[in-house]
Amino acid sequence: MTKVQFSRKNFFALAGALLVYFIIASLLSTGMISKFQEINLMMLGINIILAVSLNLIVGFTGQLALGHAGFMAVGAYVAAVLTLKLHQPFLLAIIAGAVAAAIAGLIIGLPTLRLKGDYLAIATLGFGEIIKGLANNINYIGGAAGMIGIPRLTNWTWVYLMMVVTIIVTVNFINSTHGRACIAIRENEIAAETMGINTTYYKVLAFAMGAFFAGIAGALYAHYFYLIQPTTFTFFRSFDILVMVVFGGLGSITGSIIAAAGITITNAALQDLAVLRMVIYALLLIVIMVFRPQGLMGTGEFTLDRWMPKRGEAGGSAGN
Amino acid sequence: MALLETRGLTISFGGLMAVANVDLHLEPGELVGLIGPNGAGKTTIFNLLTGVYHPTRGEIIFNGRSLVGLKPYQITQRGIARTFQNIRLFGELHVLDNIRIAYHWHSRYRVIDAVLRLPSYHRGEAEILSRSKELMRIFKLESYQNEKAKNLPYGEQRRLEIARALAARPRLLLLDEPAAGMNPQETKELMALINWVRQEFDLTILLIEHDMSLVMGICERIYVLDYGQVIAEGPPEAIRNNERVIEAYLGQEVNGVAPQGGKS
Ligand SMILES: Nc1ncnc2c1ncn2[C@@H]1O[C@H](COP(=O)(O)OP(=O)(O)OP(=O)(O)O)[C@@H](O)[C@H]1O
Ligand SMILES: [Mg+2]
Repeated sequence: MTKVQFSRKNFFALAGALLVYFIIASLLSTGMISKFQEINLMMLGINIILAVSLNLIVGFTGQLALGHAGFMAVGAYVAAVLTLKLHQPFLLAIIAGAVAAAIAGLIIGLPTLRLKGDYLAIATLGFGEIIKGLANNINYIGGAAGMIGIPRLTNWTWVYLMMVVTIIVTVNFINSTHGRACIAIRENEIAAETMGINTTYYKVLAFAMGAFFAGIAGALYAHYFYLIQPTTFTFFRSFDILVMVVFGGLGSITGSIIAAAGITITNAALQDLAVLRMVIYALLLIVIMVFRPQGLMGTGEFTLDRWMPKRGEAGGSAGN
Repeated sequence: MALLETRGLTISFGGLMAVANVDLHLEPGELVGLIGPNGAGKTTIFNLLTGVYHPTRGEIIFNGRSLVGLKPYQITQRGIARTFQNIRLFGELHVLDNIRIAYHWHSRYRVIDAVLRLPSYHRGEAEILSRSKELMRIFKLESYQNEKAKNLPYGEQRRLEIARALAARPRLLLLDEPAAGMNPQETKELMALINWVRQEFDLTILLIEHDMSLVMGICERIYVLDYGQVIAEGPPEAIRNNERVIEAYLGQEVNGVAPQGGKS
C-alpha cells in the first residue's frame, strides 16, 4: 500500500518537474522570456542550488557557516580552468568543480567543526576570505583581474537539471537515518553523541555535501557570465545565501526554494530603483522576520500529500 | 565475568574530587542502585562511564575492554546507553524520530543507498520503523507518535528518554533519576516497567534515584556515594541500617521514606 503511494507521489513529482522544465524552455525559445529576464532565471536556479545546499549545513545540521561563496568560488574557478584552459567537456568541468569544492569542505570542516556557533561562523567567514585572497594571487587563474572569456555553456537545461539533482539528493539524504543523524546534532549534540552518532563524521559529511553543490552552482555561474573575479565571491554573497535559508526556514527544503526564488525575483524587480532597492529589501526582511521569525516554512515542508487524497489507512501497519 | 568494573575511578575539577577512587562491579543482569546526597558525584560517574568526562585516574572495564579515552558514541556502540537527569530529548522532533535516531547506528544502509533510494534503503527504513513502533507500544507512547517531544507531559518525556536509550540496544542501561518529577502512581508504574524491561531486553541496569523507597524496592544491590566516595555497598536491608549511610543523610529518614534533600 505504501509502495503504491510512493510511486504515485514520485510520478506526480516527476510529471510536475518535467512540465515546469518544458514550459520555461518553450517560453525561452519563443522569446517570451527576454534576454534580461533569462539572466534572472539562471540566477534563480543557481540561488536555489546554493540555498538548498547551505540549508543542509546550517538548517539541518545546525552549523552556522558563512563561507558558502568560498565553495562556490572553488567550483567556479576549477570548472573554468577545465573548460577554458584544458578544453574539457562541460559535464566533466562541473563534476571536477563540485569535487574540488567538496574537498575544500573537508579541509575546512575537519579542523573548524570543533568550533561552535559564533566561532564556527567566524572561522568559515575567514575561509571565504582566504579563497578570495588565493584567487587574487594566483596568476594562472587571472589574479585580481579574474578569468575572462569563459565559454557560455550554461543554459536552462543545465541549470534545471543540476537544480533538480541537488534537491533530490538533499531530500533523499535528509529523509534517511543519515539525515536524521544530522538533525539530531542540530537538536542536541550531546544527546546525539550519546545515542551512538559520530557527530564529527556527520558534521563533516554535511559540510562536504553542501560544498559539493555550491561547487556545482559556481561552475554554472562561471559558464553563464563569461567572467569570474575574486570579488564575485565576497562575504556578501555568502550572506545573501544565508538570508535565503533563514528566510525560507532553517530546515525546510521547500522553504529554501521558495525564498531563493522570491528573493531573486524581488531583487530583479527592484533593479532599477538603485539605492532604494536596498532599503525596500531590508524592510521586507525585517517585516518577515518580525512576523515569521521561524522563516516562511519553519522546519515544515510543502508536500504533495496535502493535495492527494489520504490512502493506505486500510492497508495495515506500514512496518510489517 | 563482570559486565562493568571500575577501578580507582577518579575525577577532579580544579581542586574538587567529584569522584574519588570508586570501585564499581556489576554482574550481567543485575539491577543496582546508586544513591547519595546532592552533589555526591552520582551524575559525574555516569558522565565518566559514558565518555562525557574523562577520568583523571582509574580504569573502566566494560565487557572485558577498557572504555577510557573513547568518545561517547563509541561507548554507546559498545553497549552502554543512558538517560539524563535534566532531560535531553530532541525537543523539536517527533516522538517517533527521537526513537528512530537512536536506532541509527544499527542501520546498515549507506548514504549512497539513501540518495539513490536503493532497496536496502527501503528495507532498512522499514526495519527501523517497526522496531521504533514496538518500543513506542511498550512505553505507551503510540498516541504521541507525531507530537513534538517537548510538548509531551513530563512523565511521558521521561519515559521517552528511556525508550530512546533502549532503541540504541544497550547491554547496560544507566538511568539518572528516571522518576524525578513523577507522582507516586507514575513512579510505581515506571519501576514496574523498568523491571519488566530488564528481563525482556536482557539488561543490566545502574539506577540513580533520590526516592529511597523506590531504590530499596527494586534494587538488588546498592552503592552509596558521599563526597565522591563509596561509603557503603550491599543489599537494601544492610544499607538501610548502615551507620555511615544514616550519618551521610544527616538524620534524613532513611527507612523507606523519600528524603527531602531532594530535587535540584
Ligand atoms: N563539569 C564540572 N565542573 C566542575 N564541577 C563539577 C562538574 N560536574 C560536576 N561538578 C561537581 O561535582 C560534584 C558532583 O556533582 P554531581 O552532579 O555528580 O552530583 P550528583 O550526585 O549527581 O548530585 P544530584 O543528586 O544533585 O544530582 C558537585 O560538587 C558538582 O558541582
Ligand atoms: Mg545528579
